[in-house]
Amino acid sequence: MATVALRPSDLQPKDFAGYPPEAQRLASNQIDLLRHLPLAFLPLLLREVIGFDWKFPAEQDELTHQFQYLRGLTTGQFEGEMQPFRALRLSPELAAVDWVNAPAQFSEQLSAHLWATHQIEAFRSASVDYVHKLNLARTPKLPGLPRLTMVVLGQGVTNNNYRLFRKLRLHGTYFSNVEAGNGITVLMDAVTARARKLPQSFAHWYVDGGASAPLPADVSNVSYQALDPIRKSLVNKMRQTMQPGGGGPEALRTMMAALSPEQIGFPSGADNQALSRFQVSLLTEGSGTQLFSTTFVQWAAREVLRRAQPLTLLTCYAPRQREESMQEMLSGAPHQTILDPQGSLIDADMGAYYTWINGQRLPGAAGASFIAWFEGGREAVAVGPAFARGHQDSKATSLADLISRVT
Amino acid sequence: MRASFSQGVAATYADSQRAMASDISRSRREFLRLALGATTASSAMFGYGTGSTVTPQRNPKVIVVTFGGGARDEETFMPDGQENIPHLMGELIPQSTFYTQVVNRGILGHYVATASLATGAYETFNNFAAVPPTNPTVFEYFRKDLKRPANDVWVVAPSNGFNRIGESGNRNFGPGFGANVVLPKRLLAAALSPGGSALYEHLLRDNYETPLYAPELSGSGLSLHDIAELLKISVADFTAHARSLSSPDELSVFIARQLMKQLAPSLLWVTLHDIDVAHSGSYSLYLEAIKRSDRLCADLWNAVGSNPEYAGRTSMFIMPDFGRDSDEAAGGNGFQHHRTGDALSRTTWMMALGAGIRQNFVVDRAVETTDLVPTLGARLRFSTGQSQGKPLVELV
Repeated sequence: MATVALRPSDLQPKDFAGYPPEAQRLASNQIDLLRHLPLAFLPLLLREVIGFDWKFPAEQDELTHQFQYLRGLTTGQFEGEMQPFRALRLSPELAAVDWVNAPAQFSEQLSAHLWATHQIEAFRSASVDYVHKLNLARTPKLPGLPRLTMVVLGQGVTNNNYRLFRKLRLHGTYFSNVEAGNGITVLMDAVTARARKLPQSFAHWYVDGGASAPLPADVSNVSYQALDPIRKSLVNKMRQTMQPGGGGPEALRTMMAALSPEQIGFPSGADNQALSRFQVSLLTEGSGTQLFSTTFVQWAAREVLRRAQPLTLLTCYAPRQREESMQEMLSGAPHQTILDPQGSLIDADMGAYYTWINGQRLPGAAGASFIAWFEGGREAVAVGPAFARGHQDSKATSLADLISRVT
Repeated sequence: MRASFSQGVAATYADSQRAMASDISRSRREFLRLALGATTASSAMFGYGTGSTVTPQRNPKVIVVTFGGGARDEETFMPDGQENIPHLMGELIPQSTFYTQVVNRGILGHYVATASLATGAYETFNNFAAVPPTNPTVFEYFRKDLKRPANDVWVVAPSNGFNRIGESGNRNFGPGFGANVVLPKRLLAAALSPGGSALYEHLLRDNYETPLYAPELSGSGLSLHDIAELLKISVADFTAHARSLSSPDELSVFIARQLMKQLAPSLLWVTLHDIDVAHSGSYSLYLEAIKRSDRLCADLWNAVGSNPEYAGRTSMFIMPDFGRDSDEAAGGNGFQHHRTGDALSRTTWMMALGAGIRQNFVVDRAVETTDLVPTLGARLRFSTGQSQGKPLVELV
């Protein structure tokens, strides 16, 4: 029997029966709006809705605002916003996808279709325009504290010839004579103090590429080493799917999108489902996060900033495993993990720059501060209202002093 | 690009695509002026050029080198990137006609984009599917029109996914007019002892975008022993030589040089792929791969100069298949991917050098990646009727 494709206008509350409770409630409450959205738009919105129960507060606020925005448009405005999405030509195969229950898979297939039919530019243009208007319609919610992001890099490097902070120097002050003191502790203390000053869910974060140092419970914590068994379990699942006969990339995406925390080793009924699912997403949606700790930290920082919009973020890079050369691979020697501190420093230097860029996209960016510190040397860079742009400072200073200027 | 509008993409896309592409081109031109002007002391750069114009060559040969893993300006031609491409900057660009703005309007996946380069038409198939290009390839045009034998056209490709690139599915050409395709990783896998491949997972990794994917091979392919026979190298020597190399691209260039030495094909297409390690998110490995590609291009050009079958009659074309995402594109993650479709990811460059090609000459106008095939056709006098591009007037 042929499957009849569901149209947005046909949506019924029962169609959301597979959604988690809050998501189901949200979708049912908005069903009259959802029915009027074009198919090139609606599943992308549902992709956000279906995960509502496990979203961070900032994300839930954004989604709520999006519905308010769409409801606040006049009929003419609404049609004007949706027209570019309605104009996209979709295939019958796409329409037949179960976009209500599998919106992520629909999104992947939509991407492939838009690229193949040369409509990706039109889609991108429509998306950019829509998000721009959506953002303009919202009064920025300024943070309760000026945001602070700190990046620690260079663990294990004692002799460096790479010109560090080459991109960040333009935006702040480069310090070449930093006395670290008990550097990591100084930064941890700053996180702890800020978490005590303004305790909020998912407002203060600590991401480590190695093992985590202990921090108060009100600091959300993600560590590469703590996820090691979960990472390995996931890689095994990926490997099985990607072998001949396993289904290939499409099957892998479907499998990854459907994974729950319990399926890859998180304890069932974990207290903090939002954090567990966030960690799963780092490993299933990030490319290279399963292999390299430096990639993991950079991607985790990006996702924390984008999704949780934290007040405080501390990221610490650790050496990643070295990429084996052909010679080593062919030697047949027993496989052992060798670390690459120097390469990791270069990875982290770029990662720090991306973290700063991502922080600049958040409300209150003008008042935010950013510090990156090379723990193996005496270099740091600081960006924010307390630091001159494009300036170099070779006077002796301490990490504690830099922190005191921004807290 | 992932189809999502929820990631705040608007802020960074105020400029039009055209304006951004123009800026990219201007940056490259300014950099070339600053970096090369002093060392070449040539007043003829940027519009006039030195060296010969095109004159017919006897038994001309062509080598095309593509980077299947785009490199951005920041890591190549911009000031901070200069240190990564000393051979291109110091040796090859001064000998070349350099196109600063080569736009790829197709799908930004490496196999489909390389196939599009080879057909001169934007292919639209699934990047991860083992399918032949839909449109005739330059290899088929060349062989059919000029009545060339099979061993005159070779492709050295980076991964199993490229197995079908040598011959299109177009009924007017195939089967029978395609190129020989060598997949060095496949050869190496065949050379390894049974069960040994687990140890060589990194080396044999088929691609970096889906690192655990091992597509099944389809279509006819040359066996390890066929290749060993053709290249006059034993399987043992091949494996032994592989031990001295540091990357899959080095293996590809080794194979290419052997082909030049033993068979001297008139049309040789080499696709390098190490740069695509960027998908792993490691910036240092990405930079290392750019440096390696830079060195391998120079190696290949030196091989041309030292081989009597090639010296003085060969033109070489070097180009990435496309760029990578800009740092500022909110929908992407900078150098790591090429998913946003932004101007930086679509804009790349091309250099052409060798017999009958102007040296020290920079072309700023926008051209397209599909222009390569008709340009090769015009230079070598064969028809490329179904390609979508136009011959580049500076090269024909």
